[in-house]
Amino acid sequence: MTRSFETGGAPHMPPQTTVAAVMLQVLLALVPGVLAYTWFFGPGILIQIILATFFALLFEALMLRWRGRPLKPFINDYSAVVTAVLFALCIPPLAPWWISCIAMLFAIGFAKHLYGGLGQNVFNPAMVGYVVVLISFPQVMTAWLPPLALAEYSPGLVDSLVTIFTGHVPVAGAWDAVTQSTPLDTLKTGVDAGRMVPEIRSAPIFGDYGGMGWEWIANWFALGGFFLLYKRTINWHVPVSVIGSVILLSLPFWLADPDSNPFPLQHVFSGGLVLAAFFIATDPVSGCVSNRGRIIFGAGVGIITLVIRRWGGYPDGVAFAVLLMNMAAPLIDRYTRPRMYGE
Amino acid sequence: MNKTAMTLASQVELAREAGRHTHHFHGGLHLRHNKKISCRDPVVRPALPELLIVPLLQHAGDIAEPFVSAGEKVLKGQRIGQCQPSAAVHSPVSGTVEAVENRPMSHPSGQPGPCVVIRPDGNEQWVELEPVSDWENASPETLIAKIQDCGLVGLGGAVFPTHAKTRDGRDRQIHTLILNGSECEPYISCDEMLMREQPDKIILGARVLRRALGAERVVIAIEDQMGAVQKALTRAAKLAGSKNISVVKVMTIYPEGGERQLIQVLTGLEVPAGGRPSDLGMVCQNVATAAAVADAVVEGKPLIERYITVTGNGISQPRNFQALVGTPFSHLVAACGDYTDDVARLVVGGPMMGYPIATDDTPVVKASNCLLALTHRDIADPQPEMPCIRCGECARVCPATLLPQQLHLQIKTGLWDQVQEYGLSACIECGCCDYVCPSHIPLVEWFRYGKGEQRKRALESEATELARKRFEDREARLLRFKQERAEKMTRRKQLLKDKAGRGDRIRDAIARAENRVTRTGETPDDA
Amino acid sequence: MLIPILVLMTLGIVFGLGLGWAAIRFRVQSDPVIERIDALLPQTQCGQCGYPGCRPYAEAISREEADINQCPPGGDAGIRALADLLGREAKPLNPENGELTPKTVVVIDEQRCIGCTLCIQACPVDAIVGATKLMHTVIASECTGCDLCLPPCPVDCIDVIEVKPGILRWRSPRPHGVQDPAVPQ
Repeated sequence: MTRSFETGGAPHMPPQTTVAAVMLQVLLALVPGVLAYTWFFGPGILIQIILATFFALLFEALMLRWRGRPLKPFINDYSAVVTAVLFALCIPPLAPWWISCIAMLFAIGFAKHLYGGLGQNVFNPAMVGYVVVLISFPQVMTAWLPPLALAEYSPGLVDSLVTIFTGHVPVAGAWDAVTQSTPLDTLKTGVDAGRMVPEIRSAPIFGDYGGMGWEWIANWFALGGFFLLYKRTINWHVPVSVIGSVILLSLPFWLADPDSNPFPLQHVFSGGLVLAAFFIATDPVSGCVSNRGRIIFGAGVGIITLVIRRWGGYPDGVAFAVLLMNMAAPLIDRYTRPRMYGE
Repeated sequence: MNKTAMTLASQVELAREAGRHTHHFHGGLHLRHNKKISCRDPVVRPALPELLIVPLLQHAGDIAEPFVSAGEKVLKGQRIGQCQPSAAVHSPVSGTVEAVENRPMSHPSGQPGPCVVIRPDGNEQWVELEPVSDWENASPETLIAKIQDCGLVGLGGAVFPTHAKTRDGRDRQIHTLILNGSECEPYISCDEMLMREQPDKIILGARVLRRALGAERVVIAIEDQMGAVQKALTRAAKLAGSKNISVVKVMTIYPEGGERQLIQVLTGLEVPAGGRPSDLGMVCQNVATAAAVADAVVEGKPLIERYITVTGNGISQPRNFQALVGTPFSHLVAACGDYTDDVARLVVGGPMMGYPIATDDTPVVKASNCLLALTHRDIADPQPEMPCIRCGECARVCPATLLPQQLHLQIKTGLWDQVQEYGLSACIECGCCDYVCPSHIPLVEWFRYGKGEQRKRALESEATELARKRFEDREARLLRFKQERAEKMTRRKQLLKDKAGRGDRIRDAIARAENRVTRTGETPDDA
Repeated sequence: MLIPILVLMTLGIVFGLGLGWAAIRFRVQSDPVIERIDALLPQTQCGQCGYPGCRPYAEAISREEADINQCPPGGDAGIRALADLLGREAKPLNPENGELTPKTVVVIDEQRCIGCTLCIQACPVDAIVGATKLMHTVIASECTGCDLCLPPCPVDCIDVIEVKPGILRWRSPRPHGVQDPAVPQ
């Protein structure tokens, strides 16, 4: 007695993982860093994350509709959420709500969907969104808070909500009283003014390595990064080469002139470098495909970051470095194709 | 160390050390074996089915020409088809030929093909067998001819005619014969059962093949948890008194049973791109092929049956059979407790590389090493296919160190030059990349399609090149004719103008006419 | 004021010379356009485009006398390839010249052939062998399916048969892929 069956393609085994699972792992790895951030700087960051996520999903749905694509698998794959969270971690915790809106419009609408959607973006969407608002609204984007331990005014949840949605600071009235420049910014203006690095570093805003609070956040992000390495969600090549190139490049400068150049580890633990090394530069879509290519990519990010930090106009150049290397990634891929079996 | 930087000669020398140490290949996966469920019971021959459907295409090469027609009586082992220079097809039973017609056969296309349908008479009467007497002293060419007569093909899945591989090996002075017993795909256990139950036959076949190839040593590769198998084979080798047969355990990482990966594991060398293992002085055969060689040469029996695993969550009592070629799969399934309730798909081969079949009256062929019945749970997919997120997992696991995500993009957009450059022809279709892809892209299907397209484009470009050349040659010829005619015309015109020599020319013409008489014996008046 | 002008002028001259030298030193040898166009044509030599063969058609395209959508055996894929090469717009196949038909070859019925050699003279790729008053036959592997031998035959003994890929020529089908209308199927 014969029986008929439906046919289907190989392999004929249960699938191992899904896109959503990969994205969720990344989000999970970000949790320790976000908690540390909240601990040191207050609940503003959580509101920013929720805002950015909302706008990201909104624009993703709108773009999918406009492009005639089904919503179902793409909204659920959490890739827009990852973009939103990474962006939110780069902006000041009290930035107005419309910053997230404009940034996510550019990140999801332009950088992701106009290039073809998931898996097709040439540039890292979170960085595109960040750079657009950074250049367009420099004043708002440099209104950083000091760590809670140092601040005279520490906004609670309600105060943060009011500030973010209305743009006014409820207590004290003026932005100047509330904000303070970041450690990197302090360092840069100090060096440009001719002061010596050790003297600048004696300010309370600096911790042992990077900025107070900032270095711990970097540690926790690194922890999340190690989790991703263990799960094989990211390769070790990019983080090692980003951090390694920063250390290797800043070491001779510091050895030659410790008064005008920060200690290498200080570079590593300041700004968004650790976040970029483990979460942003490792974005597979806009990075390189081969391991050798990834090392070159990471080295490029590290070097350009240092150059912008030292000689450029912005205190932290990670975002620009990542975008520039995104441009170079296809060329690097072309020249670092791995040797095939038997070649 | 990049061993391909060594010269080929030094690689061949290094290959003589095959099996002394084991090496690694890039990528690969640790898969759950799922083999124990089919190894519990000893291998049996199922009862004779009512009808046997013997396809005429069971080998790499052309379709065999049938030698029999409907109504004829055949004996067991009688040749019923031949494809020169590929393999012959033999009848698996004695009985009557009911028809020679198109029936479903185990072909990846799912298309039916010409088959000889035989109704067995139950007598199992053999045709007169002609083994090679005293094979130990027979010439290698005699052994190869017998292998060819008995229709032997590679039973590892590629069904390449064994005699052709052996002859090619002889020509290239092979020094090592590798027997591949490292069955790496999950669920399949037929080779392991063969090695457990008939180690002597495998060793005998190895010795015959070694003589036919002119090789010095034999290396039998088995998986590292096959302890009992190693003991059995080593003892058999010792009993046979044969030196230079070693049994080597290789680490179980799918797909270590692939020919190229196995050679890399045993020698650390890579088969040159576009080349064959015989370039390194090695030939690789499956253990079941070796056993079949022993049957053919020592007993004269053609290839008409093979070990096959019937397994999967969709089968009630999975086990291995020694099945006749042409047995419908439904017959085997009935012999092992029938399907379970939630069976959903039938696959011929393993879960990584197998082909699905639409109906279970498809017959067993020489290439069928496994029938896998999968349930709905096995094939359920929670996520539809998503675009590639370029995570790079596929490149991490590829045993041929290719870049599957690039190949997929190139095939999809038709960049065929780059497909060539990125080495699609080196892909062994193992399915590792497919297995790890988070976007559930059917990469193996894309690569099979890509290879087909490449072949088609290569054939087409050959044909157009030929057509262009013929056209140009024809144009050149026509031009030449025109020029020659024009020259002749000018010369004639010149001659006409030359009134002075006219008298001479008329005299020469008359002389030529008279000469013609002498030559042919006739005068112009006679003609 | 003078110094910047001089500096820019000097830079311009230096870079200009450098580019000129690089254009000569690093020149890439590539086929002339006619060869590249001819390489994309199917070499059926049928004349449906209006030119006596693929090479004349290629020459006409390169002189911009002919449009790129005149070749039925090349089909839409051929038109697209030509459009990519030349930077012109891909148009649909000109229906006046015929349609893209499946690959065919011709076969001569030997019972009816009278040995007149008219088909031999007509075949643009010399795929028919034979001589006067002797049997003619078509070499199937060389026949391009151009059908130019059909009109001259006085006894109409040439049949057209479609070439169907058998099971040996079967190729794996293209997977459906994530639906993407931008990618040509």
